[in-house]
Amino acid sequence: MKIVVCIKQVPDAKNVRIDPNTHTLVRQGVESIINPFDLFAVEAALRLKDQHGAHVTALTMGPPQAEEALREVLSRGVDDAVLLSDRAFAGADTWATATVLAAAIRKIQDVSLIFCGKQAIDGDTAQVGPELATLLDMPYATFVKGLELQGDGHLHVVRKTDEGIEEWRLPLPALLTVLRDVGDPRLPSLKHKMRARKAVIPVWGLEDVGLSEDRVGLRGSFTQVVRVFSPPKRSDRWMLEGSVAEQVEKLYQYLKEAKVPGL
Amino acid sequence: VGSGAPTDAASYRGVWAFAEWRHGRVHAVSYELLSAARRLADKKGVSCAAVLLGENLRDRASELLRYGADVVYVVDHPALRHFTDEAYSRCLVELVRRHKPEILLAGATSIGRSFIPRVAAMLQTGLTADCTDLDISDEGLLLQTRPAFGGNVMATIICPYGRPQMATVRPRVMRPVLDPRNGRVESVTLPEEVFRTRVQVLQVIPEEDTTAKLSEAEVIISGGRGLQKAENFRMVEELARLFKGAVGASRSVVEEGWVPVSHQVGQTGQTVSPTLYMAIGISGAIQHIVGMQGSKIVVAVNKDPEAPIFDVASCGVVADLFEFVPAFIERIRRGES
Ligand SMILES: Cc1cc2nc3c(=O)[nH]c(=O)nc-3n(C[C@H](O)[C@H](O)[C@H](O)COP(=O)(O)OP(=O)(O)OC[C@H]3O[C@@H](n4cnc5c(N)ncnc54)[C@H](O)[C@@H]3O)c2cc1C
Ligand SMILES: Cc1cc2nc3c(=O)[nH]c(=O)nc-3n(C[C@H](O)[C@H](O)[C@H](O)COP(=O)(O)OP(=O)(O)OC[C@H]3O[C@@H](n4cnc5c(N)ncnc54)[C@H](O)[C@@H]3O)c2cc1C
Repeated sequence: MKIVVCIKQVPDAKNVRIDPNTHTLVRQGVESIINPFDLFAVEAALRLKDQHGAHVTALTMGPPQAEEALREVLSRGVDDAVLLSDRAFAGADTWATATVLAAAIRKIQDVSLIFCGKQAIDGDTAQVGPELATLLDMPYATFVKGLELQGDGHLHVVRKTDEGIEEWRLPLPALLTVLRDVGDPRLPSLKHKMRARKAVIPVWGLEDVGLSEDRVGLRGSFTQVVRVFSPPKRSDRWMLEGSVAEQVEKLYQYLKEAKVPGL
Repeated sequence: VGSGAPTDAASYRGVWAFAEWRHGRVHAVSYELLSAARRLADKKGVSCAAVLLGENLRDRASELLRYGADVVYVVDHPALRHFTDEAYSRCLVELVRRHKPEILLAGATSIGRSFIPRVAAMLQTGLTADCTDLDISDEGLLLQTRPAFGGNVMATIICPYGRPQMATVRPRVMRPVLDPRNGRVESVTLPEEVFRTRVQVLQVIPEEDTTAKLSEAEVIISGGRGLQKAENFRMVEELARLFKGAVGASRSVVEEGWVPVSHQVGQTGQTVSPTLYMAIGISGAIQHIVGMQGSKIVVAVNKDPEAPIFDVASCGVVADLFEFVPAFIERIRRGES
């Protein structure tokens, strides 16, 4: 069984800021990490491999340095990795990202299962997984907290929704986006670290995945970011002075006036 | 641009809101979306419609006419009893192809965030996630503003060529506005193959414990490591009960095992935006803040005046929580008197 895990290298979100003069994103000096949810996706894939045997390939679209992220997951036990990198891929929205990932997965062939994280912590859209599944015409389940592969080529998954829990059954090939509940990521092992260091990671560009320039990157994107800015600071902050009893009374009246439900 | 031939944008007209039907009722986010859709439609001088999918909807669709819909398209079918991405997206895509709205809004809920990307991909158009503000530009395009990078950055996004222009909108951000219309409800019959799906829904288990329904709650009382031990966390639960609200927690508290992970608010927990979020003994690490900063009122109780939680608080209480919280509970119990 071939499994693909899609991972994204993201800036450590807490350090990203807007330059007040140029009104652009400041990413310099910001450390890159693997999107935390994608480590859970890797873990889910590796657990299936442990239980049933599988070949796990990690896939990322990004700049050349995204190779680091791939080496890191190789050191955790992923079998091999492909870096999708090309100048033409830059500036992609979720649709253009999914387009490239789908083309790469078609090239890999016979993929039974695709794992994505629930969402990336930079773009934060949670759209790439469902869009990718749609492009590949696969059924999918989002917000998966538990899964089991059954003998008849079906998956039994448990999803977390706003309302509670749902159990679904879906046939392979399929795509899942996962929550942290699927299991804590294992640590890199010495053996896999050595393998990861030596691994040759193929880099696929536009021609390798057989796409034309107008379908990828900024040109292939439907959405355009026209402005970025810092969120307005809370201007309405009120610090309650006085004794505890006075603070209690002030808070009570404040919430009452604001018509907070339940009071 | 936008993958191949640009859509014939001029033939798309009207603003649509996707209404959610859950457990026999129209979900509150539907009215919020519809009110936003109405406002955008008025600004463009076009009509406004809602789409309602489900089973056994009876006449409930007409409720949507009270919030500004000129038309409510209803698909009532046993296959829509439970949400599935495939059946929902095929229904909505079919309706969009027939009527060609220029703007389509849906809730950034676990339903909307799951199937709306499929709808966008099937229609080959753009989708902006989790918007907190919507407007119309001078050129008549939808201006979609959303937080990214865990809330550190806001971005305004347009979709110049794809149609419809699609956005998901965070629950509780838009205000529902009563605006009754002499609208009509139109029942739509779709071909059976639309409802076919490869996914089988085996079980739907609503969360019994309402205290864990964070994303729905109007009031969330959240506790952090400052509470020191599990027994003390009962104070937080008590307060939540008094407000008929939900219980939230920082990750430290979850790691300590005081409450299950379903209560965790933050980057690796849930994103919430209640009317009132009260953070008790929570320092306000960025990973926590990204999950709650969309709340309308944030009350922070912390003995450290430098705690970063105060940066996002609308009301700050510098106090020892072991003195403050019991006194506050007492005050609420006493009520008006
Ligand atoms: C400020 C800002 C706002 C944006 N808003 C939007 C928007 O509203 N709509 C839109 O279409 N685009 C938007 N984008 C572009 C979007 O961030 C990129 O397209 C990004 O490559 C993928 O989206 P995401 O980060 O939201 O990923 P998500 O869709 O949240 O990621 C989900 C999962 O998909 C997989 N995945 C995502 N990206 C990759 C990748 N490059 N390689 C391998 N796997 C991947 C991972 O498994 C990940 O866990 C925005 C970009 C910025 C800078
Ligand atoms: C990748 C990653 C993801 C994460 N995701 C999340 C997440 O989703 N959600 C999350 O919450 N965290 C998350 N964290 C953890 C986060 O960084 C913080 O460690 C955590 O939020 C701290 O929890 P806390 O505020 O309860 O504890 P602390 O930081 O220990 O704060 C306790 C606070 O209580 C106050 N206090 C102590 N005693 C009293 C008293 N008697 N009266 C009043 N105040 C008192 C202290 O002044 C202090 O401010 C994540 C971290 C990482 C690295």
